Amino acid sequence: MHVATPRPGAAVIAITGDVTAACEQELMSAHEEASDAGAKLVVLDFTGMDYMNSGGIGMLVTLLVRGQRRHQRIAAVGLTDHYRQIFELTRLDEAIVLFDDLSAALAVG
Amino acid sequence: MTSDRRPPRDAGNWAQRVDRLTAPDGAEAHAFGVEGRRVAGPQQGFGALWDRDFTVALGDAATPAQVIADWRARFGDFWPRGGTFYGAITALEAGDVAPLTAGGVTTGILVIYADETSFSFMTPEGHMFGGLNTFSAEHTEDRGTVVRIRMLVRTADPSWELLWPVLKASEGRFWRATLANVAAANGVPDAVVEEATVCVDRGRLWRNWRNVFRNGALVTLAHVVGRRSRARRGGDR
Repeated sequence: MHVATPRPGAAVIAITGDVTAACEQELMSAHEEASDAGAKLVVLDFTGMDYMNSGGIGMLVTLLVRGQRRHQRIAAVGLTDHYRQIFELTRLDEAIVLFDDLSAALAVG
Repeated sequence: MTSDRRPPRDAGNWAQRVDRLTAPDGAEAHAFGVEGRRVAGPQQGFGALWDRDFTVALGDAATPAQVIADWRARFGDFWPRGGTFYGAITALEAGDVAPLTAGGVTTGILVIYADETSFSFMTPEGHMFGGLNTFSAEHTEDRGTVVRIRMLVRTADPSWELLWPVLKASEGRFWRATLANVAAANGVPDAVVEEATVCVDRGRLWRNWRNVFRNGALVTLAHVVGRRSRARRGGDR
C-alpha cells in the first residue's frame, strides 16, 4: 500500500487489490508510516480495490481505533456504490467520512 | 462517489443495506429482540474493544468449503446448551436476520456476509455486545483445515461492561464448545480449541452510554413480565 503526503498533516493510503484480514499487517504498517509523517488526516483511497470481505471491515475497525488513539481523522474516497453501501450497512460511515473525491477529502481542515 | 465499473467479485456475498432489522417469518415469538433495531457494530458499543480468536484444526477430515457449507446449514445445531438460535431452516445467507436467546437474553444477529469459506454477523441494538463475528475455515500447510471464530467486540453498555469478566468467561466457554462441536461433526471428536484474546482498545466509548436504555436483558425481562401480565388478565375475564 502506497502512502503519499499531498500536504502537511495529511496522508493518503492507496488501497489496492483484495481487502481482507490477510492485508491487516500491510495496512497497519502504512498507517504507521502516515502517522510518523505527522498526518492528522488519513485518507484511504479505495479506487484500486478489487474485492473486500468482512475481514476487511474488521481490519478497518482496528485501523479506526489506531487513528482515534492518535487523534486522527480517517476519511475514504474511491468507493463505488457497492462498497459505499457496505460502509453504510456496517455503520462504518459514521466514523470514516466518505468523500466523492480526494480533493474534497483534503479540503477538510 | 465513483461510478461502478464491472461488478466486484464480492457483489453477491454482502447483505443489502438496511436501516432497521426485520425479524423473519416464523420467529415472531422472539422477534422483540431484533424487530426495528439498527445494526450496532463495535463502533456503536461502549466497552473496551476485544479481538477474540478461537481456532481448531481438522487436518484433512474436511475441506474448508465442506465445513462452512455444513455450518451455514446447521448453525444453531452446533451451539452448546445455554443458547438457542432461531435462524431459518435453510442455510444462512447474507441478509438473514435471526433472533437468538443466550444467557436468558433474547436478541439476534444480522448476517452481513457469506461466501464459500466464511460468513459474518453483526449484532443489533440491545445485544450484550456491539460486535462483528466471522466464522471461517481455511487450508493451512501444517494443520490442514483450520476452523476459526474471530470476534471484534465491545460490550454494549456500562452495565454489560461491569459484567465483562463474567461475559468473557461464559462467551469463551460457549464458542470453544461450538468449535468443538463443529470439529466433532467433521470427524475430529477430540480436537483442541485454541484461543487468543487481545484487548485492542481499553478506552470506553462514553458517547454510547445511552445504549443502556436498549439493554436486551431489561427488554427481555419487560417482555416476559408483560406477557405473563397479559396472560393473567386474559385468565381473569
